[in-house]
Amino acid sequence: MSNELTPNENPVVQHEPRATDTNPKAEKRAEQQVAILFGLSALGSILLVYSYVFVTKDVFIFIPVMGNQNAQQLGIGIGMAMSLFFIGMAAIHWAKTLMSDTEVVNHRHEFRSSDQDREEFVQTVKQGVAGVQLGRRKLIKRSLGAAIGLFAVPPVLLLRDLGPLPKKQLETTNWKPGTRLVTDPGNRPILASDLEVGAVVQVLPAVENSDERPLSDIAKDPVLLIRLRPQDFQLTPEKFAMTHDGIIAFSKICSHMGCAVALYEQQTKHLLCPCHQSTFDVPRGAKVIFGPAARPLPQLDITVDSEGYLIARAAFSEPVGPSFWERNSQ
Amino acid sequence: MKRLSRYRRHKAAGPFLMILALLAIGTTFSVASATVKQAPNAFARSAAIDEGKQIFLKGCSSCHGLNAEGGAIAPSLIGVGAASVDFQVGTGRMPMADMSTQAMRKKPVYSAEQTAALAAYVASLAPGPAIPEDSVLNYERDGNTAQGGELFRNNCAMCHNFAGQGGALTEGKYAPTLMGVQPKQIYEALITGPQSMPVFSDKTITPAEKLSLIKWIKSAESEPNLGGATMGRIGPVTEGLLAWVLGIGMLIGIAVWLTTRAR
Amino acid sequence: MTPAEKTIGTVANYVDERIGAAGWVKKSLNKVFPDHWSFMLGEVCMYSFIILLLSGTFLTFWFDPSQRDVIYEGVYAPLKGLKMSAAYASTLDISFEVRGGLLMRQIHHWAANIFMAAIVAHLLRVFFTGAFRKPREFNWILGILLLTLGFVEGLFGYSLPDDLLSGTGLRITSAIIQAIPVVGTYISFFLFGGAFPGVGFIPRIFTLHVLLIPGAFLAVITIHVMLVWYQKHTQFPGVGRTEKNVVGHPILPVYMAKAGGFFFVVFGVIAFLSAIASINPIWLYGPYTPGQISAGSQPDWYMGWLDGLVRMAPPLETHAFGHTVSWNILIPALIVPGIVFTGMALYPFIESWITGDKREHHLLDRPRNVPNRTALGVMSVTFVMVALINGGNDIFATNFSLSINEIMWFSRIGIFVLPPLAFIITKRLCLSLQRADRDLLLHGTETGRLLRLPHGEFVEVHAPISAEKAFILQSHEQATSLEIEEVDSRGVRRPGSFKNKIQRRLSRAHAVAVPKVTDQELKEIEHH
Repeated sequence: MSNELTPNENPVVQHEPRATDTNPKAEKRAEQQVAILFGLSALGSILLVYSYVFVTKDVFIFIPVMGNQNAQQLGIGIGMAMSLFFIGMAAIHWAKTLMSDTEVVNHRHEFRSSDQDREEFVQTVKQGVAGVQLGRRKLIKRSLGAAIGLFAVPPVLLLRDLGPLPKKQLETTNWKPGTRLVTDPGNRPILASDLEVGAVVQVLPAVENSDERPLSDIAKDPVLLIRLRPQDFQLTPEKFAMTHDGIIAFSKICSHMGCAVALYEQQTKHLLCPCHQSTFDVPRGAKVIFGPAARPLPQLDITVDSEGYLIARAAFSEPVGPSFWERNSQ
Repeated sequence: MKRLSRYRRHKAAGPFLMILALLAIGTTFSVASATVKQAPNAFARSAAIDEGKQIFLKGCSSCHGLNAEGGAIAPSLIGVGAASVDFQVGTGRMPMADMSTQAMRKKPVYSAEQTAALAAYVASLAPGPAIPEDSVLNYERDGNTAQGGELFRNNCAMCHNFAGQGGALTEGKYAPTLMGVQPKQIYEALITGPQSMPVFSDKTITPAEKLSLIKWIKSAESEPNLGGATMGRIGPVTEGLLAWVLGIGMLIGIAVWLTTRAR
Repeated sequence: MTPAEKTIGTVANYVDERIGAAGWVKKSLNKVFPDHWSFMLGEVCMYSFIILLLSGTFLTFWFDPSQRDVIYEGVYAPLKGLKMSAAYASTLDISFEVRGGLLMRQIHHWAANIFMAAIVAHLLRVFFTGAFRKPREFNWILGILLLTLGFVEGLFGYSLPDDLLSGTGLRITSAIIQAIPVVGTYISFFLFGGAFPGVGFIPRIFTLHVLLIPGAFLAVITIHVMLVWYQKHTQFPGVGRTEKNVVGHPILPVYMAKAGGFFFVVFGVIAFLSAIASINPIWLYGPYTPGQISAGSQPDWYMGWLDGLVRMAPPLETHAFGHTVSWNILIPALIVPGIVFTGMALYPFIESWITGDKREHHLLDRPRNVPNRTALGVMSVTFVMVALINGGNDIFATNFSLSINEIMWFSRIGIFVLPPLAFIITKRLCLSLQRADRDLLLHGTETGRLLRLPHGEFVEVHAPISAEKAFILQSHEQATSLEIEEVDSRGVRRPGSFKNKIQRRLSRAHAVAVPKVTDQELKEIEHH
């Protein structure tokens, strides 16, 4: 490339002396600065020890912007920060101003090995491989393949007992025909008249031991009761039959990723999931009107029992919560 | 005066002023609410209703209709009850400043008496939730913070965030922060369901549970900032921002200093 | 000889007679490290990793990784009497009953955030300066591996306290696992030890979080650093710096003091952040139960872009033959990140295929001199930023009076429109900067002094630039494109001509550059 600029030759690294190299006063000053920095670090350590030993947990001090702060936590923290930070600053300042700052040149070697080395390497490997005689010993070759293939199975198999098989757990909930709806928390049964128009209640199915609900049940059972005026609904007759006197019940577990869909906007009658902003339109049977969810929230068929308490008329007709491979969504 | 100003940097000055301010607010409030209670007989009540009607015709009827029957841009107020009026007007949300996405909390336009009169007028139209009595609102005595926290996380945190700081709703609407809201107003919001908020009736969240809720909110509000500045208590977004801006920023700054030659 | 020297001599002799280390230790001590602030980013990563090990070990002394139910009876009143997992209760105890425990928790969490931030910053530095080129491709891949490990380790870490936010994160994680076709449900049940949230996940990820992944980290970091050591550090072009040397400070004493000091500085800065700024106040979130949720539930920042992608995904699911495939989860949470990470890992090989450059490179590129690569980098950053903004859309909506729906639509369109736009703008910008460099070299800097010539014309006086600066401006290579013949010497179309066509196209795009100043031009200017 003849038309290119030839880089000007200037391989010499110029070394300009620092103030501390030439001026003894500056050198003295730098030394003092380093000492002050080390001193600040020691001060930090003392602050830490003092805060740890002598400041009790219930002391709070007001600091502008930060608000009321726990004195012990702040003292230990600032002490620790100072004690570490200033050691570092002192060392760096020391290195920068007082240690030699002449730059050194190292030469690089090419990483490629010499041809002779490479040749010898190839020979060594070839000899080694030939020594194995895999080509001649067909029987060994085949059995080795079988052994290695099977060898991979046990470690994977051993992980099998990590958990139970899914069976029908994702398809079923604790809602059965006749299960009462109870408040969460509180476990109180609910009368239809307890809900005013615009009211919303989170409910769980009444079970034997309501205080001992496993979390895996709470991960699929929660239902949101919402009361609208019956004329607000725009539902198919079957879906409308599943409501009771304007009260409609949806699974609270998002059909997208399983967060609790609980943001009910009374005016727009939309349900919003705070995780990924899927928006469901309640009057239209929780139809998805925005966001990544692909399916409406499953609706629970509800009615009242002889005492007037709200009960489920049937279990959920489809699995609640996020999708999974075995889910039959048709 | 000079002698007094000597103490303004005293470490007790802040708390002292705080107590003074609280006392002042408390006294004003109790005086204000006391005036409301001075309407024991039927005559005084009907006078209040009349006054309320006058205020309503002047300030509210252009949107809500001459008889509070509602209009194209505002809902009917028949049956919303005194609690609803006290909440909407008492927090300054009504009258609305502009017809934006939602009414904002601001300085109330009407005085406590005027608000009470308005509430009395609207309550006279049809029965609705009444303003809770002060005696009902003794949340310090009747509430349970831990239970309140559980109720809060079940029923409120999804909109108002885990620490009551507020959050986003659809189409630009939002759930406001609960910090600095009076207990009475929280109670009223629960029973009336203002704007986007649903109604939490006394049957589904009992009055005692409501007091627990209020107690938890007040405890979260007054809780000192354990662990340092809170950055709004709105989760990892501000934390990540701070890690980049302050953390990486400071470290890069020091790295620049470290690698520059000393002069 | 002083007594101290004598002692050191004895010890050194004792060790050397047994392992004969003097030779290579001497060689190592002569190693040289070039100075540049951006070379410290990798050190920030390593130091914050050490801080994570130290603070994490402290936390394990009290943390109880168990999902067993306990009734909280600790000092934090607003949670007293509530049922929660032992993991959550013990995290509360670390925060409130161990002196300095909350500080350590915050150091651990801030260090994790800074660790990931420093990895990303370090990665960007390496990318934009071309430090990944031959012979450093292996180290680039190890770096990507470390970044990936960091994602997993971070996710496990913020899931351990079992508060409402971490439980929400796990709920989403389980949904992603469930979405994997055919085996997803089984993997989820095995990992969680049953239906979500199961009983086994927290103890299991605890072991992975404190043992397996840190072990893997340590191994990979060791190789990563040893390769830097062995291959010697890259350097920016400058006077006296060539492809054949490395100029800088020797290990002893300057580099040792600076790097050692910098460790303390990093630790100090993280401790300072932890002292003044609260992070993840788990006591406010409350214990996890799946029926609860908080507004503004976000992952830590490095996961935010994935959450943002999930949020903006279209509502697509396939229902066929009794099976469901959730594209709305698979695409944003597994397929796109898979492509992004694979692409990143393969980039050094892709670039070398495009440029046909198989030489070793130890001098770094100035980003403007490789417009295509720089533009690609900015494009990728833009992609991640759009996703990241959407990941915090509810927070942005409330704080800037916007609507989540607007931000979502902005991101849905922006994720396709903005990255290419960023590419075009960056490429133009790089070429403009090259042109400015060329002008600077030819005409010098503008001094702002005006001169009136005898015949009345005004000219601005240009001052020549320093020799060092001139050297840097002309030290890069003129980019050239690959010449691939479509037909071979006998006029027959070469096999794989489609591949060649792509390669030629890319190579040409890659070689777009402002022509370098030539000797002749410089001479002409001098005569002028």
